Amino acid sequence: MVKISPLTRRRWHTFRRNRRGYVSTLIFALLFALTLFAEVIANDRPIIVKSDAGLFFPIVTSYAETDFGGDFPTEPDYRDPYFAELVKEKNGWMIWPLIPFAFDTVSKDLGGQAPSKPDGQHWLGTDDQARDVLARLIYGFRISVLFGLCLTAISAVIGVGVGAIQGYYGGWIDLGLQRFIEVWGGLPTLYLLIILAAVVTPNFWWLLGLMALFSWMALEGVVRAEVLRVRNFDYVRAARALGASDGIILIRHVLPNAMVATVTFLPFLMNSSISVLTSLDFLGFGLPPGSPSLGELLAQGKNNIQAPWLGITGFIVLASLLTLLVFMGEAVRDAFDPRRDQR
Amino acid sequence: MSVLLDIQNLRIQFPGVDVPAVSGLDLQISAGETLALVGESGSGKSVSALAALRLLPKSAAVSGSITLAGVDMLTAPEALLRDVRGTKAAIIFQEPMTALNPLHTVERQVGETLQQKYRLTGPTLRARIIELLSEVGIDAPETRLASFPHQLSGGQRQRVMIAAALAGDPDLLIADEPTTALDVTLQVQILALLKALQTKRGMGLLLITHDLNVVRRMADRVIVMQRGLAVEEGTAAGVMQHPQHAYTQALIAAEPSGAPAPVPADADSVLEARDVKVWFPIKKGVLRRTVGYLKGVDGISLSLKAGETLGVVGESGSGKSTLGYALIGLLAAQGVISIADVDLSRLSGRALRPHRRHFQIVFQDPYGALNPRLAVGDLIGEGLDLHKLEPTAAGRDAKIVAVMREVGLDPEMRHRYPHEFSGGQRQRIAIARALILQPRIIVLDEPTSALDRSVQAQVIALLRDLQAKHGIAYVFISHDLAVVRAMSHRILVMRHGKIVEEGSAEAIFTNPQASYTRLLLEASKA
Repeated sequence: MVKISPLTRRRWHTFRRNRRGYVSTLIFALLFALTLFAEVIANDRPIIVKSDAGLFFPIVTSYAETDFGGDFPTEPDYRDPYFAELVKEKNGWMIWPLIPFAFDTVSKDLGGQAPSKPDGQHWLGTDDQARDVLARLIYGFRISVLFGLCLTAISAVIGVGVGAIQGYYGGWIDLGLQRFIEVWGGLPTLYLLIILAAVVTPNFWWLLGLMALFSWMALEGVVRAEVLRVRNFDYVRAARALGASDGIILIRHVLPNAMVATVTFLPFLMNSSISVLTSLDFLGFGLPPGSPSLGELLAQGKNNIQAPWLGITGFIVLASLLTLLVFMGEAVRDAFDPRRDQR
Repeated sequence: MSVLLDIQNLRIQFPGVDVPAVSGLDLQISAGETLALVGESGSGKSVSALAALRLLPKSAAVSGSITLAGVDMLTAPEALLRDVRGTKAAIIFQEPMTALNPLHTVERQVGETLQQKYRLTGPTLRARIIELLSEVGIDAPETRLASFPHQLSGGQRQRVMIAAALAGDPDLLIADEPTTALDVTLQVQILALLKALQTKRGMGLLLITHDLNVVRRMADRVIVMQRGLAVEEGTAAGVMQHPQHAYTQALIAAEPSGAPAPVPADADSVLEARDVKVWFPIKKGVLRRTVGYLKGVDGISLSLKAGETLGVVGESGSGKSTLGYALIGLLAAQGVISIADVDLSRLSGRALRPHRRHFQIVFQDPYGALNPRLAVGDLIGEGLDLHKLEPTAAGRDAKIVAVMREVGLDPEMRHRYPHEFSGGQRQRIAIARALILQPRIIVLDEPTSALDRSVQAQVIALLRDLQAKHGIAYVFISHDLAVVRAMSHRILVMRHGKIVEEGSAEAIFTNPQASYTRLLLEASKA
């Protein structure tokens, strides 16, 4: 079944016709693809070092200084002028990433006090710990989007599963789960996170897990309603008459036809996932200290009002990211709207 | 007589559709005249009527000229259009349940126009509403003012719709399939009401229908439409008796006729049902105690031989579809149902599954009965996969091709998706899906009522052929007596979940015993 159904082709066509959404998708995809290679774009190690001592890839492997002909058996500080001279002595050269800072590189040679203004070296300035804002932005963007994607995927799987079971079987199963969801949805997520922070050091996975426990409910209601609608269609009845089991009916007949609402919902769900992580980081209950994140950048902007480039940068990036996703969502919604063609 | 509506060279084209919906229609209606616009679905008749009131979406390209009561409808500003709609011409739609706002009372539905056009308020408004409701034949209209649409019966809803349309005292009434969604006995009443109202008020009536019986009964003149073109025009009597155009002839000839092949004398019994009951509990209160039962099917016994068709007739709500579902185990039922000596009522859902290949079902709506996401070949082959009848891909494909040929579909089309097929073709797909399992019984739940007449005749012929060839027994559920007569050996008339009358098709149609059966027969002949 490689053949694309005409329905899919028509949807793709409608999607592309929404110029704004289509361009947003392209920009987002480009940005995401670029930031996936954040280590190559912004790093405090050179990409390639070539000298008489050999060919090195410091981004991929770690070397000792002695490998380059230095004195210490520890990893060299690649940004140190001493290292540059060492390479030069051996008739070598090195290629640096576009931004020669990683998200956690502390610039010791700042002219003034941190946070420093944007200049030729730090294009977007540095934060209050003398770390390059642009480098942190690239890494922060990546972690936000990855978190959003993971959370959306997990929420979708759980939400669709629970919603399908509720909608298809109805009755007591539906009633029981619905009551459970009402109670579960009433739990204060923020307090749970604060409690969690007291017990363990919250990292990416802890946050993802805890948020996934709650965010699936956004989809569950939509899927349940769709399945309730679809299960009364004659083709579902026909499948039962053919002798199909509940599982086959659900997977083959009900879910694919109930997916439209789900797919339409996904970009918006991703949007809220990203905002949640950002706000947690902003409040200080998010990713461990030192991690690059959009929320942490915003918090820095708030704490250093005298350095407006921090807050402004954070705001523009976050606002653009969320706007791109909303435009994408709108285009997806158009594509799945059957009445769109007739207007 | 003055011309109320004058349409010249009307052309309508929707964006993204190559074929124009209407290509060059001319139409005139005078006061007191009934013009019927006849054609199959998609022939452009409803679209033309909507265009007459400028009710089409803005994206539709409309050209030509439409003059309604002296107003050029295509160029008139929106404010003028609002004045014209309702007072010069009003429209009633096919499905009153969706055409009425479910959250508005009868009083508001009917009073809306009165308030806007005549600025009536308070007691005068109420008095006028009551007057209109009694004019359309609603009993005790005072008690109905506060009712919501769902509290009314289908016939009452349609009457309220008509009252709302009459509120602006229109000179022209456009009725878009006004009786199609109603039971036969109600159809007769509503048509009589429309006729009486027209005579009394001297209105022009533009009647859109696909039902030639309605045309014979109601129309002075008739225009036959096919694919956006008027192919024939004339007096109703003239066109009906001496149709000139081939399409009109085909339409008239497509009235179902003929009889099924006789049942072989030595045919085995395939279905035996005794005292079948489907009761739906009515639950009330916090504890959901069962306070009573809605008796969908209430103690019905029947039997069926191989190659025999049992027609089940009744109005909507009589329990005929419920009975069909119960017979093939789609609804839990009490009583004994044995198919080929296996008592289904004793089997659980899981144990029933392997037996399901022996009894299949074809539904009314060919659009809802096919999963839009599966290619036609996969739809038809699904039963083979589920019962593991054809382990090899080649054998499966061969069977699908064979069964598609048998129901008159081009096997090359098996990789296409349902939306690329017409209603009649889809119904053939649904029949193929049932047929591929070589069932002993097929329950046909109104299989032709969503189809145009000419397609209906083809599907009936196909079903009769298949029966004669494979000796399949049919349970044929329908409210359309003409179709039932063309299909059935025996007939069972149902009302309120019980059997009213039972007998051979011949006996029921020539010598009905129960008064209810006689009523049905008279209504269908009208």
